[in-house]
Amino acid sequence: MSNVAELLRGAMSRAARWETGLAVVVVAVIIAGAQTSPQFLTGNNMFNLGLSNGEIAIMVLPMTLIVISGEIDLSVASILGMASALLGVLWSHGWPMPAIFVVVAIVGLAAGAVNGLLVTRLGLPSLAVTIGTLALYRGIATILLGPNTVANFPATYTDLGVNGVPGTGDNMTYSTLIFLVLAIIFGVVLHATPFGRSIFAMGASADAARFAGIRVKRIKTILFMLSGLVCSLAGVLYTFRLNTAVQNNGLGLELDVVAIVLLAGVSIFGGKGTMIGVVLAVLAFAGLQNALLLTNFNQEATGIVTGALLLASVFVPNAARWLRYLPQKFRPRKVRSPDIHPQEI
Amino acid sequence: MRATILNRRQHPPAHGNKSAIGNGQPQGPAKTRAGSLAERVFRIRESGIVVVLGVFVLVTAAIQPRFLNLTNIQFVLIDTTVFALLALGETMVVISRNVDLSIGSVLGLSAYASSNLFAVHPGINIALVFLTGMGIGLACGVVNGTMVAVGRVPSLVVTLATLYIIRGIDILLFSGKQVVEAELPSTFLDIPRSTIGGIPDLAIVIAAVIGAGAYYLRTYRSGRELYAIGSNPEAARLAGIPVGKRVFTAFAASGAIAGIAGVLWAAQYGTIDASAGTGYELQVVSAVVVGGVAIFGGSGSVIGAALGALLLATITTALYVLGISPFWDQAIWGFLLILAIALDQTITVRLTSALRKKRTRHE
Repeated sequence: MSNVAELLRGAMSRAARWETGLAVVVVAVIIAGAQTSPQFLTGNNMFNLGLSNGEIAIMVLPMTLIVISGEIDLSVASILGMASALLGVLWSHGWPMPAIFVVVAIVGLAAGAVNGLLVTRLGLPSLAVTIGTLALYRGIATILLGPNTVANFPATYTDLGVNGVPGTGDNMTYSTLIFLVLAIIFGVVLHATPFGRSIFAMGASADAARFAGIRVKRIKTILFMLSGLVCSLAGVLYTFRLNTAVQNNGLGLELDVVAIVLLAGVSIFGGKGTMIGVVLAVLAFAGLQNALLLTNFNQEATGIVTGALLLASVFVPNAARWLRYLPQKFRPRKVRSPDIHPQEI
Repeated sequence: MRATILNRRQHPPAHGNKSAIGNGQPQGPAKTRAGSLAERVFRIRESGIVVVLGVFVLVTAAIQPRFLNLTNIQFVLIDTTVFALLALGETMVVISRNVDLSIGSVLGLSAYASSNLFAVHPGINIALVFLTGMGIGLACGVVNGTMVAVGRVPSLVVTLATLYIIRGIDILLFSGKQVVEAELPSTFLDIPRSTIGGIPDLAIVIAAVIGAGAYYLRTYRSGRELYAIGSNPEAARLAGIPVGKRVFTAFAASGAIAGIAGVLWAAQYGTIDASAGTGYELQVVSAVVVGGVAIFGGSGSVIGAALGALLLATITTALYVLGISPFWDQAIWGFLLILAIALDQTITVRLTSALRKKRTRHE
């Protein structure tokens, strides 16, 4: 008897996981999307969906690891912008594209290293540091390009931004492919390697992790550098997709990235989260944006939906706690009222 | 859950006192000594900004004397008012170990909704417009505060969500529309422009408000309790401080202030659309942090935050006067912000070791 009950409870708690809820949301979004527009489930629309969310999705992956490790990186969109500006400037100075890629990657790594070293070696809060580098890296992008726009990129590269991967019937963008490959790599690293375990450990308690022999500072620095590298890659993709390098490329995307990570059920305090949740959250976010795009909802106001999802992501897991708490809070009043009322009447 | 974030930053004064009790030291003198030392450092912290500001102004004026003319000073002061006002509200929230990222959106919504009243009801009383703006801000602040204090969910997440939602509402209601200067009465537009003896009226009023805010946080019990909550929320709860109530009040105040700032923004710029104040929240947080307010709560002052706002506004104008391209502004801002945080941390570390040394000497 008790065995069955325990099994049931185990199954229940497993079913009540955050990822399950997210999967339900994703399915609901797909159904709602298909209801609102017959175009929603077409390959062409899926291509557009991947196109407009590819860079955000890619930047979500390293951010997940950073948040699980107990830090945050708000400079991601600025690194994207800086990479884009650098790409534009070097190209307009006639550099060969492969050399530009190397330089952009190195600059991305360096930008991440600056974040990481400031956070780990000087012991500064990452929230404050990366607000600073958010301004700094965007500022460098602005210094590099000023009011100029570089748009004469060669077609061989810009085609990568607008054409599908061969063999997928032109339904999958390169950025989607890169996202999927990276998501698998990041997922394996996070959930199946000692490195990944140590990220969870330091997120749960940095001190305990340090005493357990985990090189907290080194790993955090590596994570920030990884984020810098991936964001510079996103910057290159962004530039080729729009065929423009301007200083405000990707402005404000950091909030979208953080929103997706939190929606995925990753704890803002670190130590909790799964890569499957992140992939589902990306799907939910992208699906919603896309479904709203097909309706005549004001495009700039889709943030309302993102915000509401974000609120749901913090309130739904806590709902069980309140349901337990509320009856306790109101019980004394119910007991007292019969005593008082008859006398007063 | 909150306990994990607690350990990230240790607060030197609390640290010192705790150990003193542990050692069975006579608490009186050690405490006052630690107190006076801490106070001195706090004072240095603010005077640090003043020194940076002074050096900056002197160097700029030496290169380009035009920088110190009256119009320029007025320009900087006006530029600072809205900024410093928002920094006041944000400081109250940050001191309690929270953050309010929604202020840029609240400002935008309030700026449009309130100034739009002039277009819809010509001849409306200006006080009523300010009240409307404040009411809108207060409502947003109350929503934030309720979710953070009653729901006990991280403020970073809540206010990030309301940043989106409030801006979304703003866009849904007002996108594509504009309030233009011609629709606004001249008495309203004159608010940021009128001066007494060369100093803008508004700057004086805001300075007084900030002074009152600083006095409140420093002197009143509920103000001090915000610091206690910020340096250790669990300890504050155990000490009987109504944590939820105080945090709620801080958010409500921050929202109301952002609402008023929105009306002033409208008066200052004259042309308002649904995108007013987008991204302003990070600038305000920057000013607060540059002003020496610890991002994880418990220390810092409103005066410091206001000086931080003044410094950032001065830098923008100084770069302009020096003929440096405005494209350099943001990078210099960012660099300065990081410098300020690093400096703050160095002082904290020094203070901790100084306290430790002092204690061992007495043993």
